Amino acid sequence: MIGNSPPINYIPIFIFIAVSLAFGIGTLVLSYFVQVRVNDPEKLSTYECGSEPISDARNPFPARYYIIAMLFVIFDVEVAFLYPWAVVFNKIGLFGLIEMIIFIALFLVAYVYAWKKGGLEWD
Amino acid sequence: MELGITILVTVLQIAAVLGVVLTHVAYLTYAERKILSDMQDRLGPMEVGPHGLLQPLADGLKLFFKEDIIPAGANKIIFSAAPILVLVPALIGFAVVPFGRDSLQIGAIEITPYITDINIGLLYILAFSSLGAYGILLGGWASNSKYSLLGGLRSAAQVISYELPLGLALVGPILLSESLSLTDMTVAQGGGIWRWFIVSQPVAFVIYMICAIAETNRLPFDLPEAESELVAGFFTEYSGMRFSFFFLAEYANMILVSCIAVVAFLGGWQAPLPALEFIPPIVWFLAKVYFLLFFYIWLRATVPRLRFDQLMAFGWKVMLPIALVNVLLTSIVKYFLNQWAEK
Repeated sequence: MIGNSPPINYIPIFIFIAVSLAFGIGTLVLSYFVQVRVNDPEKLSTYECGSEPISDARNPFPARYYIIAMLFVIFDVEVAFLYPWAVVFNKIGLFGLIEMIIFIALFLVAYVYAWKKGGLEWD
Repeated sequence: MELGITILVTVLQIAAVLGVVLTHVAYLTYAERKILSDMQDRLGPMEVGPHGLLQPLADGLKLFFKEDIIPAGANKIIFSAAPILVLVPALIGFAVVPFGRDSLQIGAIEITPYITDINIGLLYILAFSSLGAYGILLGGWASNSKYSLLGGLRSAAQVISYELPLGLALVGPILLSESLSLTDMTVAQGGGIWRWFIVSQPVAFVIYMICAIAETNRLPFDLPEAESELVAGFFTEYSGMRFSFFFLAEYANMILVSCIAVVAFLGGWQAPLPALEFIPPIVWFLAKVYFLLFFYIWLRATVPRLRFDQLMAFGWKVMLPIALVNVLLTSIVKYFLNQWAEK
């Protein structure tokens, strides 16, 4: 199962990325030439339910979002590690199973710690 | 010469897949409006064409001729790039989806039912689909609107939170098929409905579906664009073609996650019973995808929206542990089944 896809199989993906990019940019450019534009400072102001916009929108936002992002990065790396393990599971036998149980136990320790510290709370 | 033909075939395949996907996106919006209106006992779009069949075309054309407004105070470059950053990852995932079983043979040229088959197919789709979160976050930030910023932040937090259980749910099918290639995964489920991974991995399937709905920002998890509080979320300030790209990406993502669900749990293009194999594989594939898409719309008509703290708590405190335990149990059971089979 492993090693049955030569590097040439990846070329269509690059072509696909190029085609999608061309589709996106091309449509935007074409649309730019056919649309009617009327400039008006009122129209260009940001939408705030009809009233005059108050201050800049780039205000500080809750640090919660950073914590969630950091937790995600840590846990997602561990999930990504499970993928190659799952592919070769039959070949590595009992050793692989025990190793993974230990790995998931460590994962759980980190998870319980994050939970107890309040990293998963939103209020 | 040989290489030229191969590349030409690939480009034609890509054009065909893009065309099919974009048509499906257009008619998915139509189907959504029609199904929703049926469920609410009204008619839905009826004016453009018979039964409103040309409505998606009219909508597309209208958006194409509309002005692309860049609001004052927006970061122009990021504001313009964000829709494309969302659109491209939503489209290129289709490169590895196997739509059918048989290759088409024309002379010496072989046309495969997939664009390419790589042995890390599933990882590739997951990696690129999480790139879409950047587009949402940057688009929300660049608009310089409070609604957009909040919508973008919420959306990014939601997408990454549900990415974890989603990835863990897919470990089950990978364990059973011993491959990340979507083609191998489909082949491993051949022989009848009882061989499909939904039978051996029902918990993973439910987790996958819930997370997929959250990943695509659909009801009941559509908080990033909760109309009643955030106007339109991260694309409040977008108009014209750029707006339609966000829309397109959302629906293309719906189709993509349904395709992955079909390949990983519902047997891909396999027929449910060996006796039904006379029906072409691609018909089975499409039927399963359409069923899941109908389920999506059905859900929208049925359930109310969650609150944001409930949504995050559900993802981190309920879905993640269940998915983890599922992986653990699956691997232990599979190990002992292997031992038993060897004896």
